[in-house]
Amino acid sequence: MLLATTVMTVALVLAPVLGVYPVFLMKALCFALFACAFNLLIGFGGLLSFGHAMFLGSAGYVCAHAAKEWGWPPEFAILAGTLAAAAMGVVVGLLAIRRQGIYFAMITLALAQMVFFFCLQTPFTHGEDGIQAVPRGKLFGFIDLSNTLVMYYVVLAIFLAAFLLIYRIINSPFGQVLKAIRENEPRAISLGYDAERYKFLAFVLSATLAGLAGATKAIVFQLASLTDVHWTMSGEVVLMTLLGGMGTIFGPIVGAFTIIGLENYLAGFGQWVTVITGVIFVICVLAFRRGIVGELSAWWARRHD
Amino acid sequence: MEIFGIPTQALFGQLLVGLINGSFYALLSLGLAVIFGLLNVINFTHGAQYMMGAFCAWFLLEKWGVGYWWSLLLAPLAVGLTGVVIERTMLSRLYKLDHLYGLLLTFGLALIFQGVFTNYYGSSGQPYRLPEEFAGAFNLGFMFLPKYRAWVIVASLLVCVSTWFVIERTKLGSYLRAATENPALVQAFGINVPRMITLTYGFGVALAALAGVMAAPIYQVNPQMGANLIIVVFAVVVIGGMGSILGAILTGFGLGIIEGLTKVFYPEASNTVIFVIMVIVLLIKPAGLFGKEK
Repeated sequence: MLLATTVMTVALVLAPVLGVYPVFLMKALCFALFACAFNLLIGFGGLLSFGHAMFLGSAGYVCAHAAKEWGWPPEFAILAGTLAAAAMGVVVGLLAIRRQGIYFAMITLALAQMVFFFCLQTPFTHGEDGIQAVPRGKLFGFIDLSNTLVMYYVVLAIFLAAFLLIYRIINSPFGQVLKAIRENEPRAISLGYDAERYKFLAFVLSATLAGLAGATKAIVFQLASLTDVHWTMSGEVVLMTLLGGMGTIFGPIVGAFTIIGLENYLAGFGQWVTVITGVIFVICVLAFRRGIVGELSAWWARRHD
Repeated sequence: MEIFGIPTQALFGQLLVGLINGSFYALLSLGLAVIFGLLNVINFTHGAQYMMGAFCAWFLLEKWGVGYWWSLLLAPLAVGLTGVVIERTMLSRLYKLDHLYGLLLTFGLALIFQGVFTNYYGSSGQPYRLPEEFAGAFNLGFMFLPKYRAWVIVASLLVCVSTWFVIERTKLGSYLRAATENPALVQAFGINVPRMITLTYGFGVALAALAGVMAAPIYQVNPQMGANLIIVVFAVVVIGGMGSILGAILTGFGLGIIEGLTKVFYPEASNTVIFVIMVIVLLIKPAGLFGKEK
C-alpha cells in the first residue's frame, strides 16, 4: 500500500514534467477524487447511489458562484462548494437511507433528477450557459492559480489529501464496522451497531468528498454547467468505479484515468462514445466484475499462493 | 368559464395531458413491476425499449408502409424478442449475484441502444403520421377531446386491466405469483421457471414497446424520448411500491393527473412535482403507497 501510494504520488508529480498534458491530468484527478468518494459508499458501504452527480454539480455551482459573483478567494469558494454538498448529503441521506438496495439507487437517481431540474430553472446557475469565466484567483492570497502548472500541483495536493483521508476512513474502526454492515447487516445490528447511522455517515462523507471534487473542478475549468448535474455523470462515476474495481483502494483512480483517457481519445467519434461506454458497462458486469485493480490483485494473490 | 381563476379550457386541457402522461407512466411502471416481481431486476433499459417501440413503428410505416394497427402488434413483438435474447444471453447469468448488477447491466444496455439510435437519427425527432381514423376530435361541450388521445387513455387502461386480470385471476398468473414467492418450489412442481422468467421479461419489455408505439403519434419519435421518462417512472415506482400490480396502475394515472394540474396552478414545479411527492411518501410511508414492508 505504502509502496503503491509512493509510486502513484511520484508518477503524478513528475507527469507534467514528462510531457503529459496538465489539463488532462487535472480533469482525470478531479474525476478520480469523485470516483474515490463514490467508491467509499458502494465499495465499503454496499450502497449504490445513482445520483452522485448532484453533489458534484451543485458544489461546482456554489463554488463558481462564490468565486465569481461574491469574489471569494479560491480556498473559501471550494470550501463553500464542499460544505453545500455536505449539507445536501445530509438531506438526501436522511431520505434515501430509508430504503435498501435497488430502491436506494432509484431514489438517489430521482432526487438527482430533481436537483437537475432545479439547476435548469433557477437564475443563479444561468441555465444552459452555466457559470462561465470563473476566476481562478490567488490561493491564500499569494499562489497564482492562473498558471496551469501551479493549478495542477494544487489539484494534486487536494487529491492526495482526500485520498489519504479516504484511506484513513476505510481503515478506521468506523470503516471496519461499515464493511461488517456491507457483508452482513443483521449480524452487525445484532452486535449492537446502529447500521442506519453508519450508512448515513458514510453517505454524507461520500457526498462531501464528491462536492470537493466538483468545487475543485469548477475552479480548474472556470466553469460550472448542467453536464455535471446530469444523470449521465452519475452513470459515468459508477462506470469508473466498476471498471477500476469496486471496493479497492486504487480501483477508482485507475478507472477514472482510463475513462477520461478513453473519452479524450475518442472525442472525435461523437455519440459512439455513449455506445462504447455502454459496451464497457456490459462487459464489466458480465465478465469483469472485480475491475482492473481487483483482477490484478486476484492474479497477484494466485501467483503467490 | 373559470374555476379558481383558471379558464376551464386550460384546466381540462392540462388534465387531459396529465391523463395521457399518466397512461404512459402506468404502462411503463406496470412493465417494471412485472419484471421486478419475478426477476428482482430493475430494468433500466425500459426507457430505451419504449423508444425502440416507437422507432419500430416509425420504421414500419416509413420503409414498408405498415400502418399503425399492425405496428401495435409487430413492434412489441419485435422489441419483446430482443428482450428475450437479452434475458437469455446476459441477464440470466446475473441472478445469483447482487441485484445491483442487473441494474448496472441494463443501464449499460440503455446507453448502447440510445447511442446507436442517436448516431443514426440524430437528436431531432421524426414525426409519425396520425392514423386517419383518429383525425378530428370529440366535442364534449366544455372541451375538445382529440380522438387519438381518447384512444390512448382507453387502450392503456384496457392493457393495464387485462394484465392485472391475467396475473391476479388466471392460472398462468397464479404460477407467476407463486414463482415470485418461491421459485424453487414451483420448479419442483414441474413448471419450467427459467422459461417463465424469460417470457416475463419479454412481456415486460413488450409493454414498454407498446407504450412507445402509442406515444409515437403524440410525441416525436426521438432517440432520447425514453431517457428522462424512465427516471420519472422510477419515482412513480418508488411512490407506488412494487408490491402490487394495481398499485402501479393507480399510481401511474394519479401522478399523471397531479402533474397535469401542477402545470396549470404552478407551472415552475411541473417538472419536479413527482419527485417532491416521492420525498413526502418516503418520509411518511417508506415502503410506498401500495408496497409491503419486508
